[in-house]
Amino acid sequence: MRGEKNLQSITTAHPDGIGGSPLRPDGTLKVRGEFAYSSDLWHEDMLWGMALRAPHARARIISVDISGALATPGVHAVLTHDDIPGSKYYGLEIQDQPALAIDRIRYHGEAVAIVAADHPETARRALAKVRVEYEVLPPITTEEQCLDPETYGYVHEPHEYKAHASGNIVHQQKVVSGRGVDDEVRALADVVVSGDYEVGMQDQAFLGPESGLAVPAEDGGIDLYIATQWLHVDREQIAPVLGLPENKVRLTLAGVGGAFGGREDLSMQIHACLLAQRTGKPVKIVYSREESFFGHVHRHPARLHYEHGATRDGKLVYMQARIVLDGGAYASASPAVVGNASSLSVGPYEIPNVDVLAVALYSNNPSCGAMRGFGAVQACFAYESQLDKLAAALGMDPVELRQLNAVSQGSFLPTGQQIDAPAPVATLLQKVKDLPLPPPLDLAHPDIREMPGALSNTSHGEGIVRGVGYAVGLKNVGFSEGFDDYSTARVRLEVIGGEPVAMVHTAMAEVGQGGVTVHGQIARTELGVERVTIHPADTAVGSAGSTSASRQTYMTGGAVKLAAEAVRQELFRLGRSRYGWTGNDLSLVGGKVVSASAGVLVSIADLLGDRAIDLTREHHHRPTVPFDKETGQGFGHVQYTFCAHRAVVDVDVELGLVKVVELAACQDVGKALNPLSVVGQIQGGSTQGLGLAVMEEIITREGKVRNPSFTDYLIPTILDTPPQPVEIMELADPHAPYGLRGVGEAPTLSSTPAIVSAIRAATGLALNRVPVRPEHLTGT
Amino acid sequence: MRVTFTANGREVEADDVWEGESLLYVLRERLGLPGSKNACEQGECGSCTVYLDGAPVCSCLVAAGQVQDRAVRTVEGLADPEHGLDPVQQAFIDAGAVQCGFCTPGLLVQTHDLLEREPQPSDNDIREALSGNLCRCTGYEKIMDAVRLASARVSSTPEVSR
Ligand code: FES
Ligand code: FES
Repeated sequence: MRGEKNLQSITTAHPDGIGGSPLRPDGTLKVRGEFAYSSDLWHEDMLWGMALRAPHARARIISVDISGALATPGVHAVLTHDDIPGSKYYGLEIQDQPALAIDRIRYHGEAVAIVAADHPETARRALAKVRVEYEVLPPITTEEQCLDPETYGYVHEPHEYKAHASGNIVHQQKVVSGRGVDDEVRALADVVVSGDYEVGMQDQAFLGPESGLAVPAEDGGIDLYIATQWLHVDREQIAPVLGLPENKVRLTLAGVGGAFGGREDLSMQIHACLLAQRTGKPVKIVYSREESFFGHVHRHPARLHYEHGATRDGKLVYMQARIVLDGGAYASASPAVVGNASSLSVGPYEIPNVDVLAVALYSNNPSCGAMRGFGAVQACFAYESQLDKLAAALGMDPVELRQLNAVSQGSFLPTGQQIDAPAPVATLLQKVKDLPLPPPLDLAHPDIREMPGALSNTSHGEGIVRGVGYAVGLKNVGFSEGFDDYSTARVRLEVIGGEPVAMVHTAMAEVGQGGVTVHGQIARTELGVERVTIHPADTAVGSAGSTSASRQTYMTGGAVKLAAEAVRQELFRLGRSRYGWTGNDLSLVGGKVVSASAGVLVSIADLLGDRAIDLTREHHHRPTVPFDKETGQGFGHVQYTFCAHRAVVDVDVELGLVKVVELAACQDVGKALNPLSVVGQIQGGSTQGLGLAVMEEIITREGKVRNPSFTDYLIPTILDTPPQPVEIMELADPHAPYGLRGVGEAPTLSSTPAIVSAIRAATGLALNRVPVRPEHLTGT
Repeated sequence: MRVTFTANGREVEADDVWEGESLLYVLRERLGLPGSKNACEQGECGSCTVYLDGAPVCSCLVAAGQVQDRAVRTVEGLADPEHGLDPVQQAFIDAGAVQCGFCTPGLLVQTHDLLEREPQPSDNDIREALSGNLCRCTGYEKIMDAVRLASARVSSTPEVSR
């Protein structure tokens, strides 16, 4: 196999432990172009796999004829669901998704057949020869259609599969607290505002395409080199389809080019393995960008109805919300997204009376699942829009209104869960408000690149107005609702070339977030060494859980800490038995065992000799419970995290173009294990929120995706993205390792409403939908 | 068909190239130079940027046959075998501009070209020059830092051979 430098261990030496910003261990490989992403792998004698995708959103499959494809020279296998040796279904939470379509098509782009050939072009031509006869059916695409299956039909026919017990509803969750919301409660409010909001379907649009290499092994098993977010949950879903026991399916993480939730579901994994199993040869699959848009789940588009009541002096009295999420054809993570959307629907505010219902629907639109912010993004756009509206109705400053109602440590959320860690929401808002504002647009000496429309040369400064907006959000960290979301780490300490070296082995998916850097820092801090080797992530060690839900530093970082502490204790035990040390004041510093009272005792190298200490530990967070079905009550979330944004925008009101001039953020990260990465995460997350605010949306018509390319699905470029000052706070969470808080998602919540708020401030328009498009601004 | 050209100063030859293959495909799959990345293969993201006869191009948009007898320089050819990493490469690492790194090779070539043309670009110059390179992870702020850092280093050490 070629191109595998990062599939072997990477060793780096650095003095910095936690709190420092040492450089990425994989950085040099990445800038040299030597880091092997999953699409870079290459094997002697390998074949190329490819899938045939349905051109309809809803159809019955009458027949599939693969004979022409099979007869194509250079083709080694063509498979349909008939060829699957094991279970035909898989899924993250509900096993409702066929690995290859059976009888029915439920979304545009569903895979029907797969082929393995000696060149990608051969595969493409072979697929063109597969004859599929469809009976095209009217797709179920709107909320009204989904909720009326008697008239419009079922996405999953009743009693066909496990998924359809409640018609086209995947999952729903209520949250009721205080007195709920009825006319008596409404009468307690002096001012009421309500609104209907809509969030479009956003795509993760990670740059590295879905790809991997499946290699048949001599024992009849499969070795899969893959870009994913969670190796073990992939294996759990792959092995039954291949008809293999889990221990015969071994996964190694290949380089991952971004993820953002889009790699939490399987994409090409099963297809590559099936083809490798059938042909006995290594099979590589690399999605094109178009196929990537079809091959992964997206962010749930949402329709939200919100009503808030407040007293004349601005105290929130009640909130009622109805949140409808379009889950698309298969369940994916929809149940958990509903859990988040409902339980986090109030935002970081104290509201005594709450009544919320969140629902995810099955439809014939593209499947939706995990994306950065996970159900909290949609709610945040709605509640922050509402708070601006309420501030206007009350004649109050919108930041002051938020501060007046902000949660703090000790507050109760409407789930009944008390926030038992710092929650500096009012302070975050104040800090972001106090940052200096950017200078006004210099119309005397305009640089067109700073204007709305920028290089397109559309505007020279006429009709440009500036606006400023604020928002703050509430996000949970980790998997919730009773899930025992553990992680495993193995740490080995040995002497190599006369120097102590720590090796860290986990199954954590490094997707770009920098977990590998932090693991080195933790090992250095706990073991007092400089050299750390990061073992490639694979299934030879226990599960690390998913690189999602902002949980990986908390969970796998926590596991590395536990394992390193265990190694340290073992080293001390060795020293005590050899040298008879008695004190309890030992530590490891600079490669030496040091006693607080007696100074340096011995070097780690001398103490260890040619021995190695190799220990594995699991980190479990404190237990949570599922929310009560009817009331949403329960200690459901592990940890909460908060981020506030201030956006400054220039809007060309004649052309309907928006230029975000500056996007400032302030976030409490508990403890910044690596400040450089933390700031990078906040800026990256904020930019995805910017994309949702002003440009990103998968457009479907009758269930068909209209823009599956980077030509038509726009993500922010460097010209669309403004300077992003970031201020971090570090108020330790007493329940978390080192006091840290998950960082990655919170910034994606509030950046969107902050930008829309700024556009409203500039234009005076209501703007209840994201992304905001030029026609919304010009009224055309 | 057979295509012969120089890649990073070395004569290379690819055999049995199908007429529809791109330079990107030939580099990655036939010559073992996977540094140039395949994020869209439609000329939209810039991840596949290489120098062709000294000018940056999207290698996914160049047909393999077009490079016959020409000179290609990829990200693999930026580092100097004697002096180690190019200042642009080092600056991207130092500034924290590399997260997943998939956009990095294309950005490095584009930045390298920018600084060769204009060693001390303004922020607007940087944004304009890099506007064809998508990055989904960083939010670009640290990429701006990296280019400024590389610019400062290049400008202050003119003797470094680039
Ligand atoms: S891969 Fe060539 S521009 Fe995207
Ligand atoms: S670092 Fe991931 S795309 Fe730029």
